[in-house]
This record gives sequence, structure tokens and C-alpha cells, in this order.
Amino acid sequence: MDSKIALIESRYLRKETPEFRPGDTVKVHVKVTEGNRERIQVFEGVVIARKHGGMRETFTVRKVSGGVGVERVFPLHCPSVDRIEVVRHGRVRRAKLYYLRKLSGKAARIKERRF
Amino acid sequence: MVQMGSMGILGRKLGMTQIFDEKGQSVPVTVLEAGPCSVVAVKRVATDGYTALSLSFGDIKPSKLNRPDRGVFEKKGLEPKRWIREFRVEDTDGYEVGSVVSVELFETGDVVDVTGRSKGKGFAGVIKRHHFGGGPASHGSSKFHREPGSAGASSFPGHIFKGKTMPGRMGGERVTVKNLSVAGVDPENNLLLIRGAVPGPRNGLVMIRKKVGAPR
Repeated sequence: MDSKIALIESRYLRKETPEFRPGDTVKVHVKVTEGNRERIQVFEGVVIARKHGGMRETFTVRKVSGGVGVERVFPLHCPSVDRIEVVRHGRVRRAKLYYLRKLSGKAARIKERRF
Repeated sequence: MVQMGSMGILGRKLGMTQIFDEKGQSVPVTVLEAGPCSVVAVKRVATDGYTALSLSFGDIKPSKLNRPDRGVFEKKGLEPKRWIREFRVEDTDGYEVGSVVSVELFETGDVVDVTGRSKGKGFAGVIKRHHFGGGPASHGSSKFHREPGSAGASSFPGHIFKGKTMPGRMGGERVTVKNLSVAGVDPENNLLLIRGAVPGPRNGLVMIRKKVGAPR
């Protein structure tokens, strides 16, 4: 990639990102604008995928809300993602945890990763 | 009626990326290295019959330049550049040979037209070249998937009409994309961010012009 494009991108990259992987449980603090008021909404769930790289990197967070699975895809460097907080590290053997969509309850648990 | 152009600048396409706007929406942008361009010639009605500014852009070893172009730069005492292009302008006030045009000509939010030479596609079929629909993919369709179909009627008119869209060479021609907006300007590094795509390959020459009578 051209170094000048890298320069442009570097201005938009997130300053500090906690290290997290698929299988980890995260709280994503999202800025929500309602009218002219801005507040923070928290979306908590399991990271089931990280895709692309650099400026285009995104991650998918899945949670089960009221018996319904909800997934949100966040651009990693998006300014409306205020903060990412890692709640729990999970031990998984896949990079993409799409199999979780078919599982529920006990089967959908992820073992904690110990250091 | 001769359509008057507007002031612009020469640039080089570096590639595409995405940035985020103030709402947090991602915006696809083309990064252009634009200018600084020095004015090589000022064309006036009195001497040339029209008004235009001739700009030069792009670093090059003087030995790689052809002799007529090298001669132009030597005569004016300017640094040799790779490309010289003219911009038709209403009036050339404030510009003389040797003055410099930089990206500061543009501001974020300006509406611009960008001209470049499109990527050559080679000998292209009718689907890629003229957006024909092609034939069915299945349901017994045999050897008729990307064909041009009928080229006309029978013994009347007895010939194929001029201009009938057919396969052939595609791309590698001058293309202007109008009404693009400027997503960012970086005068320090001579960079211009244009929202959306721009014709041509990476490192290709582009002309960026202010839109005439653009609403601000």
C-alpha cells in the first residue's frame, strides 16, 4: 500500500484497542445520537468473528436477548464505538464461531481462557 | 457554444481507502496526490484566441522527457515535469508563468469533476461493454449465455445500422466523472480525498476541476 494512503488511514485508526479474540466476551460502548443528545449504549456479548484488517477491520458480537439471538457488526476503528471492554477471555479452537448460532443454553457456553 | 472550463489541478491517483465522517459513517475515498503544479503557459485571447492555463505536474528525470517538452521547460526556466495539461478558464487573472497551484484550491465539501484515462479492458464482450442482458444460464439454454443476440432485422433494412453496439476494445479512453465531492484536503502532503471512485489506474494522471456554478 502507498505510504501516503497509510498516512491518511493512520489519522482514523483507533488509538488504543484492548486485545481481544473470537470467544472473548466484550462490552462495546456505542455512541447513540437521539435528536441532538448523545448517549452511550452498551452492547455485551461474545465476539464470534474478526474480519478484514487495517482500516476496514470489523468484529461481530453475538448475544442472546430474550431468547432471540442478536448479532452486531462493528467497524473496529469507527469513532462511534466509544470504548471496547473485555469482560472475559474465552478458549475456542476456531477463528469464526458461527457454529454458536445453532447452539443454545449449556452447549453454547465457552470455557474461560486462563493465562 | 464553447463551454468554459473551470480552474483545476493535476494529480496522481494513489488508491482507495475508507475514512469515517463526523457521524461515524464510513466513507469510501480515493486518495489523490495533487499538485503542486506550476503554470507553464498562460493562453490569452489576444495571443492565442482563447484563455487557458497550462499546468505541469509529476516528477521525472529530465533525460526521460521528450525534447519538445524539455525545451518548453528550459525556455521558461522551470523545473521539468512529466505532464503538461491545459485548463480552459474564464480569466487568467492572478496567474503568470511560474506561479504555483496547490491543493489549497479546494476545500472539504467542494464539488469537483475528475478526468482520467480509464483502465484498458481489452477486447470486451457485449455484456461488459454495453450492459447487454445475455441469455439464460439454464433451462435448456445451449451455447447462448453471453451472446449479443440479433444485430438487426432481415432483408429490410438489409444492413446493420451504424453505431450498433458490438464487442470490441473497451476502456483506455478519457473519462470524466462529474459531481464528486471533496472529502478532505491535506495541503502539507499535497493530498486530496475524493468521495467515491475516480477513473484510471493507480499512479495514473487525473485532472481535478471545480464544478462550474457549483452550489456550495
